[in-house]
Amino acid sequence: MTDATKYDVVIVGGGLMGASAAFFLATRYKFSVALVERGRIGAQASGVNFGNVRRQGRPFIQLPLAHHARDIWGRLPALIGEDCEFLPTGHLKIAFDEDSLAALEAYNAEARHWGLSLTLVGVNRLRADYPFLGPGAVGASFSPEDGHANPRLAAPAFGRAARRAGAHVLEQCEVIGATRQSDGFIIETADGRILRAPILINSAGAWSNRFAASFGESVPMEARGPQMGVTESLPYFVQPVLGTGDSSFYMRQVKRGSVVFGGGVHVAVDLADPRPRPRPAHLLTQLRSLVRFLPSMAGVQVVRTWSGVEGYLPDKLPALGWSAKTPGLLHAFGFSGHGFQLGPGVGSVLADLAATGDTSVPIEPFSIERFADNEPAKTSPVAPSSGSAR
Amino acid sequence: MSSSRVVIIGAGPAGTRAAETLVAAGLKPVVVDEAPRSGGQIYRRQPPGFGRSLKKLYGFEAGKAARLHDAFDRLQDKVDYRPGTMVWGTEGHNLHLADRDGRQDVIGFDALILATGAVDRIVPFEGWTMPGVYTLGGAQIALKYQACLIGRNVALVGSGPLLYLVAYQYRRAGGNLAGIFDTTPLSRELAGLPRMAANPANTAKGLYYFAWLAAHGVPMLHDVSPLRAEGEGRVARLVLRDRAGRERTFACDAIATGYHVQSETQLADLLGCDFAFDARAGQWLPRQDEMGRSSVDGVYLAGDGASVRGADTAEATGALAALACLQDQGMPFDAAVRNQALQAMRRGSAFAAALRDAFPFPEHLYENIADTTLLCRCEEVSVGTFRATLRDKGAGEVNRAKAFCRVGMGRCQGRMCGASAARIAAQTLGVELAAVGRLRGQAPVKPLPTALQTEAGE
Repeated sequence: MTDATKYDVVIVGGGLMGASAAFFLATRYKFSVALVERGRIGAQASGVNFGNVRRQGRPFIQLPLAHHARDIWGRLPALIGEDCEFLPTGHLKIAFDEDSLAALEAYNAEARHWGLSLTLVGVNRLRADYPFLGPGAVGASFSPEDGHANPRLAAPAFGRAARRAGAHVLEQCEVIGATRQSDGFIIETADGRILRAPILINSAGAWSNRFAASFGESVPMEARGPQMGVTESLPYFVQPVLGTGDSSFYMRQVKRGSVVFGGGVHVAVDLADPRPRPRPAHLLTQLRSLVRFLPSMAGVQVVRTWSGVEGYLPDKLPALGWSAKTPGLLHAFGFSGHGFQLGPGVGSVLADLAATGDTSVPIEPFSIERFADNEPAKTSPVAPSSGSAR
Repeated sequence: MSSSRVVIIGAGPAGTRAAETLVAAGLKPVVVDEAPRSGGQIYRRQPPGFGRSLKKLYGFEAGKAARLHDAFDRLQDKVDYRPGTMVWGTEGHNLHLADRDGRQDVIGFDALILATGAVDRIVPFEGWTMPGVYTLGGAQIALKYQACLIGRNVALVGSGPLLYLVAYQYRRAGGNLAGIFDTTPLSRELAGLPRMAANPANTAKGLYYFAWLAAHGVPMLHDVSPLRAEGEGRVARLVLRDRAGRERTFACDAIATGYHVQSETQLADLLGCDFAFDARAGQWLPRQDEMGRSSVDGVYLAGDGASVRGADTAEATGALAALACLQDQGMPFDAAVRNQALQAMRRGSAFAAALRDAFPFPEHLYENIADTTLLCRCEEVSVGTFRATLRDKGAGEVNRAKAFCRVGMGRCQGRMCGASAARIAAQTLGVELAAVGRLRGQAPVKPLPTALQTEAGE
């Protein structure tokens, strides 16, 4: 065992939340930070998700955090030196029946009070502006400042920027124990390191519950695998991210030309296997949606599918903020399939909390305290789900 | 166990002999094959209505081709034959199929024999994606299948026995050859001859091609490095560096290039088979025992898809995999047949190893590839971009590098560029080839039409 290395903050889990927290702690507050990642930075949920930088459709109480994140997305080149292919192309949520349309209208009316300005698109306008859409749409809601980014790039870019700013980014370094002593946390790694810090951030994604449980704060989290697919490259013809009102299907085209799609299905996940395999039958289901959505996609080929591991909490809200039991412990996990957009905002908020004890972004609804009466997490199998939280 | 369902993927030499062995034991296997007719790549049959003789199509191998085709044709109503059908995904003991007409199907298996064959291995050079540049295998298929030459004055660049075989076939078919440009020093090929005595007939054929081509005045250079293909819109010249270090230009209207072939292992990967790095093949291959058993119960490996050892050995390993399958299911099998096939397999493996050593993969070429050369043609990523990704972004292995810069993310999913990407990664990072890993297999194995299920009406 080596001598303990002292930091201001140790972050367990190098996804987008952890990597951006490390970046903001190192740059905004000049804190000494260790970012400890079992695998590679951003290689799990942060790297395999759909890449939606979307605010519309989120629970309203999430919008302040989402606005904070959106502001950071727009400033990535200045902050970390690359744009991670973020494109504010707009996000179009499409209704295929009157009930969905009514829901979009209701959301629209309330969203403006939360600082999100959306445009309702009537069916004629929809036909005129998006002639490639298949039949059946009855209206849509457009969020002009939302967009998409490349999930494979974002967290690693934050990790590199954090490293440049002086953070210690430890990849392929598994934490095997974390305890709280009178003067702070002692974190042990599989390769024999001992790290000490007065503040510990638990941002270990779907694996976070183990840490939470070790501090007596187990939550009823489920691990699920999203399933995504991508087509061959096509001429660039779809700018906005497209999705159904209930998020059962969504797609975007990257500038290089390929069309990424997902939604509607999840893959059962075993936390011991970080690489769940996509299900071929799910792909066939998604392809039906894809062709119904964009009939011109019928002549196209799919080249790849993938999955990953995400943590879902029952109310689809994250556990974010101070531990209710352990001083100095911050949680940031359970983003329930829609954490990518929030990621940099969460990192920023975590940095503020760790450095100053407080944040200007309202995050009270996400306190882990809401699960205080929780029994130890069950290991129930994942039920197939129609309609993810995306 | 007559109810157990055995599926064979591939109807080349290995798949055919596997099917024959199973049928002889009283089973009715399913045979799924991407090609419209059996025979595999090596004994690929011409389309209906083409009337070339077997001798003309397969040369010295006409007898073997006829025997293999006949063997499969005799099985027609004893197997559930699915030609023109791709297995694009797997889940547990189910295989997802798509045929050329867009119909999809799912079939279950109790045992599965993978006889998925091999694909060309190339080394990129400046201009390699220009119209007129083909793989050696592609050039051969054009001739064998559709009686087309890729050009009237063809330059052949690469290493391995296929180089001389294709040259011979092209010249015999009336094509002019701008030259045969071998990256291996002649001395190394000659030094390999004694070990190739493991298969005197094949060695004699190779020497015959060589001598015949020389006698017909085909220019032959050894120990060369291809530099670039040049031309206005399509290939007009090949520029290379000869063994004396001089830059030389050869006029041509097409180039065929390749360096042996590599096993097609995506399905073994999707099925969860363990892989190990095979230093001689320069490739990660699914682990197997002598009979072709993979690490996954009920999954067997045969032919060049298991390990590139050529068509004769593929016939032997196809039979072996089927025998292993029968043995594991508690069915009787002829031990004498097994022992004979084992012997053939061992002989073939020794010969293949000698060939690999005599015609080594030209690892050294990668050091001199210019940054401007295209590495991944599907996603249009240059060698320089890839090198920079490895150096500057902390990508320590090929999957990470793929995630950062898209190499291997396009239509071919790394089947064309993966071998080169791994070598460039190893050189750039200064590590062994095995240390940079291998691109993970992801369904679909090959591009899958989105309209699949709508046309099928499912």
